[in-house]
Amino acid sequence: MTIRADVSLVRPRPKLLRAFGREANFGDLAFRRITALVAGSVIVLLLWMAWEMGLASKLSLAHFGLGFITSTNWDPVRDQYGGLPFIYGTVVSSLVALFIAVPISIGIAIYLSELANPKLRTPMGFLVELLAAVPSVVYGLWGIFALAPWLRETVEPLLEKTLGFLPIFQGPHQGFGMLAGGIILAIMITPTISSVSREVLRAVPAALREGAIGLGATRWEVVRVAVLPYAKSGLVGAIILGLGRALGETMAITMLIGNRSEISISLFKPSYTMASVIANEFTEATGELYLSALAEVGLLLFGVTVALNIFARLLVWRVGKLPEGGRL
Amino acid sequence: MNFDLSPGFSKKAPQKKQADTEPPAAETQSFPEKAKVPDMDAATAPSPEIASRPRWDEVSVSQIIPKMKAEDLHASFGSSEVIKGISLPIAEKLVTAIIGPSGCGKSTFIRCLNRMHEVVSGATTKGKVFLDKQDIYDRDVDPVRVRGRVGMVFQKPNPFPTMSIRDNVLAGLRLNGIKPKDPDGQVEKALRQVALWDEVKDRLAKAGTSLSGGQQQRLCIARALALEPEVLLMDEPCSALDPIATARVEELIHELREHYTIVIVTHNMQQAARVANFTAFFYLGQLIEYNRTQVIFTRPKEQRTEDYITGRFG
Amino acid sequence: MSLAESVASRGTLSTYTHRKLVDRVVRGLCVLGTVIAIIPLFSVLWYVLVRGIGGINLDFFTELPKPVGEVGGGMGNAVLGTLKLVALAGLFGIPPGVLAGVYLAEFGNTKFGSAVRFAADVMSGVPSITVGLFVYSLVVVTTKHFSAMAGGIALAILMLPMVTRTTEELLKLVPESLREAALGLGVPKWRATLRIMLRTALPGIAVGIMLSVARVAGETAPLLFTAFSNRFWSTGVNEPTASLSVNIYTNAVSPYEDWHRQAWAAALVLLLTVLVLNISARFLVRTRVRAR
Repeated sequence: MTIRADVSLVRPRPKLLRAFGREANFGDLAFRRITALVAGSVIVLLLWMAWEMGLASKLSLAHFGLGFITSTNWDPVRDQYGGLPFIYGTVVSSLVALFIAVPISIGIAIYLSELANPKLRTPMGFLVELLAAVPSVVYGLWGIFALAPWLRETVEPLLEKTLGFLPIFQGPHQGFGMLAGGIILAIMITPTISSVSREVLRAVPAALREGAIGLGATRWEVVRVAVLPYAKSGLVGAIILGLGRALGETMAITMLIGNRSEISISLFKPSYTMASVIANEFTEATGELYLSALAEVGLLLFGVTVALNIFARLLVWRVGKLPEGGRL
Repeated sequence: MNFDLSPGFSKKAPQKKQADTEPPAAETQSFPEKAKVPDMDAATAPSPEIASRPRWDEVSVSQIIPKMKAEDLHASFGSSEVIKGISLPIAEKLVTAIIGPSGCGKSTFIRCLNRMHEVVSGATTKGKVFLDKQDIYDRDVDPVRVRGRVGMVFQKPNPFPTMSIRDNVLAGLRLNGIKPKDPDGQVEKALRQVALWDEVKDRLAKAGTSLSGGQQQRLCIARALALEPEVLLMDEPCSALDPIATARVEELIHELREHYTIVIVTHNMQQAARVANFTAFFYLGQLIEYNRTQVIFTRPKEQRTEDYITGRFG
Repeated sequence: MSLAESVASRGTLSTYTHRKLVDRVVRGLCVLGTVIAIIPLFSVLWYVLVRGIGGINLDFFTELPKPVGEVGGGMGNAVLGTLKLVALAGLFGIPPGVLAGVYLAEFGNTKFGSAVRFAADVMSGVPSITVGLFVYSLVVVTTKHFSAMAGGIALAILMLPMVTRTTEELLKLVPESLREAALGLGVPKWRATLRIMLRTALPGIAVGIMLSVARVAGETAPLLFTAFSNRFWSTGVNEPTASLSVNIYTNAVSPYEDWHRQAWAAALVLLLTVLVLNISARFLVRTRVRAR
C-alpha cells in the first residue's frame, strides 16, 4: 500500500559528496555551490571593472603621473592631457546641483514622511519617484529645447540684474553652461536624495517622536528636535549618494553644459565634465595615449564615485534599522 | 520513568499483567475525573486484520509493537538543550499524543521523528530514533527519504498558494518525481479520506488558499496522505482552527487510525483524551510519564503528571 | 530657544502664535519644494507629448532614417535595436541576478554573503559610462567591432545588481511555513527552494525585473561605445545597432530641424514605454498586496 516503503532509507553518501560539505545529496550540494559561484561573480565583476580600467589607464598614468590632475592642458593634437578642467566641471556642476537639490529633497522627505496629509502622501511620493524614471537623454532633450532657452531669455538676465555683483552671475547669456548643467543634475538627483532620506526618517523610532509630541511640540518642532538629530548622519549619507549620482551622470549634462574645457568662475559660462569628455571624445580618439588619458578620466570617475558610495552607505546604515544598502 | 521498555520488537503472546490491564470502567477515582475517555473502539468496526490482533488495551504498554522508537534522544538549538534524553515508543497504527506545557519540547520531539529538527540552522540531535528496525539518524540515512515515509502536518495550514486544490494534493508526488498513475483517482481518494471531497469536488481548480482554515488544514492532511506515509506526525494541527473545524479534524484522526500510525502534539489535554490511545507527558525536555491515555488521565503515576492534568500548572 | 523653553513659555500667547507661525511657514516651504520638484516632470511630459506626437506614424516604426535634407523616414532600426538590446540584457542579466539573489536569500548570512551584497550595491552606483568603458575593452577591442552583443552585455551589468536585490528581498518575504510544508513531503532542500519558494516569489520578482528593464531601456552612455549606432537595419547580434536612446542624443545635438522632430518622437516612444512599465509595476504591487 505504501508508495515508499520499499525504498530504503539508507543511501550511503559517496565519499566525494562527503568531502565537499554537509549536504546529504548531490542536488543540495550543486545548488549551494552553483548559486555561490554566481553570487561570487558579482564581486569578481566589480573588481574586474576596476582592474580593466586601471590597465587601460596605465599608459597615461605612467606618462603624466599626478600632473594629470593639476594640468589644464588638454591638447589631443600635441598629445598632452591634463584633466583639471573636467574635474573642475564635474565638481562644480555637482555642487551647484546639490545646492539646489538638497534643500528641496530634504524638504520633500520631511514633508512626505512627517507633515503630509496621508491621502496625499502616496500620489506625491509616486510623482517624485517618477522623476527618477525619466531617462537621462530625455531630460537632455528637454533641457536643450526648453530649459536652456528659458535660462538664456529669462533666468540669466534676471540673475545678472539682481545678483550681478557676484562673479558667478556675470557673463554672456547662452543658456548652455554650468548653471544649466547644475539645474538638470539637481532635477535628476532629487528623487535619489529624497527617497533615501524618507527611508532614513522612517527608521527613526516612533518613541522619540511621541516623546516630543507629548511635550506639546508643533509638527515642525517634532521634526527639528526629535527626528532630525537622530537622522542626521543618515541624511548626510543620502546627500552623498545624491552627489555620487550627480558625478556619474553623463547624457543630460553633456547636452547642456556646453562642452568647452575652460575653467571659469561664472556659472553662465560653458564647462566640461569628466563623463562628458569621455562620451564625446572616446569614439573619435586616435592614438594610444589619447585613449589611455580618457580611460584615466574614467578611472578617476569610477574611483571617486565608488568611494563616495561606500562612505555614504556606511553613514546611512548607521542610522540603524536600514538594511545594508537600501534600494536606490 | 515509569514503564519497562524491554525491546518489544517480537510479538509476545499477550500476558495479562495485573498491574497494567485493569479495565477502565470499574475504578474508584481518587480525585475528580478531569477527562472522560470515550469508548473509542465502539464506533468503527475493526477490519479483520485488526480484529485478530490483541486489543490495544489488553496489552501491556511494554508489549506494544512500536512502529517508531526514540532511544535516549537529545536535541538542541545551538547550545541550549531542549530534549534531554527521551526514550519513547510509538505504537503502530494507533494514536500517540504528546502533551505538556509550553516549552517542554513536544514540538521539537515530533520534528525529530522525521528529521525536520535539523533543518533549522544550528539545530543538532543526538541519540537514536528507529523506524521499524532502522535508525533514521544513522550516518548513511537520507533525511529526504525518511520524510517520504513519515509525513507531517503543521500547526498553521500551509497549502501552496500558487497551486490549485488538485495540484496541492498531488504536490507531494510531483515534487518527488513520482508520476501519479491515476491523478484524478488519487486526488479523489485523498480528499475523501479527509472528508473534503464533497465540499470541493466542484472547485478543484481553485487556489488552495481559497478554502477556510479548517478546510485548508484538511487539504494539507490530504496532501500528506497522498504520499501514503507509514507514520503521520501532527504538530498541534487544530490550534489555528475554530471548534467546528477542530471537531472535524479529530473525527478524521479517528478514521485514519486504522491505517496510519499517528503522533499528535497538542497543548489541549482534552483533545489528547479524545483522540489518543497512548499519551506521553513531557516536561522541561524530559518524558515524565507514558501510558495508555485513560491511565494517564485517571490514575497518573507521577505527581507532576497529576498536577498538569488537574490544571495546577500549565 | 530649546523645545523645553518654548513649550514652557507656551502660556504667553505671542510665543505660541510665533511657534505656530514657524510651523506653518516651514510646512509651506516643504510643500513649495515638493511642487517645485514636480514641475519639471510635468514640463518634460508636456514637451515630449506635444512635440513628439507629430512625429509618430507608421513610418517611424518601419522606415529607416533618410539622409540629411530629405524629409521623412523613421527610426525603425532604432526601435528594433532597443528591443534587441533589452532582450540581450535580460538574457545575460536576469539568470545570474536571480541565482545570486537566491544564494543571498538562502545562504547569505555569512561574511561572503555580506560581501556579495555590498558589491552589488556598489555596482548599482557605478557611473554607467564606466561600465561602457569596461565592456569596450573587454568585448569591442577583442572582437574588433561594435556590436549589439557588447551593448547587451553592458546593459546586463547594469541590470544585475537590481535583479539580485529584488530576488533576494522577495524570496525572503515568502513564509517559511511553505518551505516546511515542502520539506515535510520529502522534497530535497534545493527542489523545495526552486519549485516552491522561488515559484511563490516569482510574481514579485517579475515586477522588479520590469522596473529594471525600464531603467535599462533608457540608458544611453554605455551604448555609445559598445552598440554604437547604425543607419541601417542591424542583423543578428554582431553588428552595431541603433537604439532609441542613442538616436535621441545624436539627433538632439544635430543642427537639423527634421532630426529634432525625430528626436522628440523617439523620446515620446521611450518615455511612454518607461512610464507604462513603472506605473504598471506600481499598480501590480498594490493589487497583489491587497489580494493577500
